[in-house]
Amino acid sequence: MNFGVLVFPGSNCDIDMFKAVRDVLGENVEYVWHTETDLSKFDCILVPGGFSYGDYLRCGAIARFANVMEALQKAAAEGKYILGVCNGFQVLTESHLLPGALLRNNNLKFNCYQTVLTVENNETPFTTEYAKGQEITIPIAHGEGSFYVNDEQLAELEANKQIIFRYKNNPNGSVSDIAGVSNKAGNVVGMMPHPERAVKDILGSADGAAMFKSVLNAWREQHEQKVSR
Amino acid sequence: MSKKLAAKEPTVEQIRDQKLYKQMAMTDEEYALVCKFLGRNPNYTEVGVFSVMWSEHCSYKNSKPILKRFPIDGPKVLVGPGEGAGIVDIGDGQAVAFKIESHNHPSAVEPFQGAATGVGGILRDIFSMGARPIAVLNSLRFGRLENDRVKYLFEHVVSGIAGYGNCIGVPTVGGEVMFDESYEGNPLVNAMCVGLINHDEIMRGVASGIGNPVFYVGPETGRDGIHGATFASEDLTEESEAKRSAVQVGDPFMEKLVMEACLELIKSGIVIGIQDMGAAGLTCSSSEMASKAGNGMELHLDRVPQREDGMTAYEMMLSESQERMLFVVEPDKEEQAKAIFEKWGLHCINVGNVTDDGRLKLIHHGEVVGDMPVTALVDECPVYNKPSAVPAYYTANASVDTNAYAEVTDLNNALIKVLSSPTVASKEWIYNQYDYMVRTATAVPPGSDAAVVLVDGTRKAIAMTTDCNGRYVYLDPEVGGRIAVSEAARNIVCSGGEPLAITDNLNFGSPEKPEIFWQLEKSADGISEACRVFGTPVTGGNVSLYNENAKGAIYPTPVIGMVGLVADIDHITTQQFKTAGDQIILLGETKAELGGSEFQYVIHGVTEGRPPQIDLAVEKALHATVLDSIRAGNVKSAHDLSEGGLAVALAESSISGRLGAKVTIDSALRTDIALFSESQSRVLLSASPANVEAILATAKANGIAATVIGEVTAEANIQVTVNGTTAIDTSVAALETAWREAIPCLMQ
Repeated sequence: MNFGVLVFPGSNCDIDMFKAVRDVLGENVEYVWHTETDLSKFDCILVPGGFSYGDYLRCGAIARFANVMEALQKAAAEGKYILGVCNGFQVLTESHLLPGALLRNNNLKFNCYQTVLTVENNETPFTTEYAKGQEITIPIAHGEGSFYVNDEQLAELEANKQIIFRYKNNPNGSVSDIAGVSNKAGNVVGMMPHPERAVKDILGSADGAAMFKSVLNAWREQHEQKVSR
Repeated sequence: MSKKLAAKEPTVEQIRDQKLYKQMAMTDEEYALVCKFLGRNPNYTEVGVFSVMWSEHCSYKNSKPILKRFPIDGPKVLVGPGEGAGIVDIGDGQAVAFKIESHNHPSAVEPFQGAATGVGGILRDIFSMGARPIAVLNSLRFGRLENDRVKYLFEHVVSGIAGYGNCIGVPTVGGEVMFDESYEGNPLVNAMCVGLINHDEIMRGVASGIGNPVFYVGPETGRDGIHGATFASEDLTEESEAKRSAVQVGDPFMEKLVMEACLELIKSGIVIGIQDMGAAGLTCSSSEMASKAGNGMELHLDRVPQREDGMTAYEMMLSESQERMLFVVEPDKEEQAKAIFEKWGLHCINVGNVTDDGRLKLIHHGEVVGDMPVTALVDECPVYNKPSAVPAYYTANASVDTNAYAEVTDLNNALIKVLSSPTVASKEWIYNQYDYMVRTATAVPPGSDAAVVLVDGTRKAIAMTTDCNGRYVYLDPEVGGRIAVSEAARNIVCSGGEPLAITDNLNFGSPEKPEIFWQLEKSADGISEACRVFGTPVTGGNVSLYNENAKGAIYPTPVIGMVGLVADIDHITTQQFKTAGDQIILLGETKAELGGSEFQYVIHGVTEGRPPQIDLAVEKALHATVLDSIRAGNVKSAHDLSEGGLAVALAESSISGRLGAKVTIDSALRTDIALFSESQSRVLLSASPANVEAILATAKANGIAATVIGEVTAEANIQVTVNGTTAIDTSVAALETAWREAIPCLMQ
């Protein structure tokens, strides 16, 4: 399976994503510079955290216009697996690949610590290795992670099972404790907590590793089906 | 101010006759010396250039005789003092680059930018050596947190550090913070950076190869930070507020781009020399690079990218605009260098070339506007041997009996009070604002003894810490200096690391005062002695003098930044108790030593007497005991005893481990002293019962006292019995609340 990690000027969790795929899965993983226009070789595209373009204007607002984004839109439409974490999540909401917006934390401070999440939907390609309702420990590190949707959109997310993770103790004022969501099709997932930082016990938690295993399994199932046809 | 200067710069004669050089903190004697070196009177630009190069910040003119006392050699030292950062070997062709630097004065007037650019500056020192920054630590000192101005400074210093470090993606993994009225009005903001490098990629700031082009990369030069180095070398006064323009403004996104591009450039192997434009900006980087190669440099100032119109040579040379680097490559590598920077959206500009005449020549609008011998700028600054005198307070303190305070009997309450002192209390309020996990290598995050960062692709890790108890140094600079190094080393060994080397940040008052100079001298002696005994040489550092406020000098605070090597990740050890039933062992001896202690400050409201004494041979034997026991796999937790003594160490290990402790002590000391004394060379270990004998045997072999004082309990209570009487009996929850809520409460 081929993983691509997008790199914008100012991305800084790109290395962490790369190492997570390398260490947890041992699958092929490459950095993809923001000027690339072809993502066809990748089965899964990871949009990492950081401060793309210095978070100037608004987090993710400039990255949305990077050359690589057209290819990312195409990949999403083709049903490829896409995961955006932290700033990557912000980039995905700014480019409307995911619903909602990320606002400043309600305590107006950058918050970095381990949080407990509840798995709300274990049927996306990134969450099959979890049990529904499972509590997992994944750290946050953000200043603008308060997820916002209006009531109508929230009802829609609920109805479509697009809420993937909820915080057990809401750290930032997110609507309905939402920590991660997917698109309607379920192939694009975004979340503020960092699963790539929780892949080994020595880092404080290994609970994020299952997200990477999930997507490899999802790809294998799909791939074998394709081969057998 | 600078606009006016730009419009009308004083003439050579005006500078001479009106002694305008004095405004730049240059003395009559120094001015005369400059005239001698030039063979004429300097113009305004030249006086500016000399004054910053001869400021304490750049020349160490007052501290050089002191710095000479430090041991700087060792088998593992690859780069010692004099470069951007020191570098020590960690084996397998890898090394760590590390350095500490202060940004005290800027932070006192503009805390957010002052602290942010402090982080930015130290990061550049590391990556300009070719090292990849892997961690940042901060050593901070503030006045009492009840004071509104202190709250303001504290809040914005922390967010400045967070704003810069989080954005650039280097984890802020540790440090320390102390609060004492001594630092009111003159906070200390010291930032340390640690980087990882391969031996064959070490860069130096040298401008070699006559005729080679010199490149400038980074944002445009503006009028910010002009005379920052001079500003840092003066007392802070009420007029300091007006010098806010001497504080630089940082842009971490730009620094991230510059860092990635420079590291890529260095990896490409084409760089001859590279140095960051830190203190004294273009002036210092150009003259130092030329000096190290024994060459000269010609700079064409018209080519320097400028943020504002009409900038003068003076302004360009003295600007401390951030995130700028100067480097030299061979002429045929110019295009390759440009391509690397363009990938990162940056432009590198050829601003001059290396010359053979040993002079720094500045050309602006087709005219030579400055022409100075490089050696005069870099090496010929007069060195002052300041008079030194024993302060009256030191003599008076000899007769203070710190055992004569009325006995404190409500020790539950005393423990709560000490735990809620901001110096001892939980620092979560601070470090939860720092991204301490980015780069996914932080094995021990803030909150334990030393931070530990993994070395990717190996089983090794780097332990790192900053330490200094300014109260001890104030009470006895030599002993305090020894303790600062000892405590740093103790934190490293408690985390499972072997101490390698130190970087130091000497924060003192005005060296013009003989009593302050005495503090500087004595503490340097103490540091040197400890470094020799532990085999941890000084690989560089920073001197920050003139830290004074209206009430006088700050406590002398020589902050020690130390790195250690954890040979195998299995050795990584933290302070928290791990398992109920584990035995608690106290290593070292407890004496009646309350001088300079947190208990003395919080409970008795004074800092007086002599600080705890220390025997460096015993300290070294303690390190061996702890490290041998950890490496043998016998230790579950290890915690250095420091502020608050045994009582606080027990509380911290219990709180962080979410367990309790039942302890019984026999002591010849008064109970309150036995529990809160800050005697040195002590460590609290916990171990499974099966391993206790082995630890005691290791201690005995090293000649270290070791006593099993109790056990870790599942029930979250701390119960301490001294000489058969219950001294402390309280729930861990009550202690935790006091400890965790103290700083957030004060900051609400």
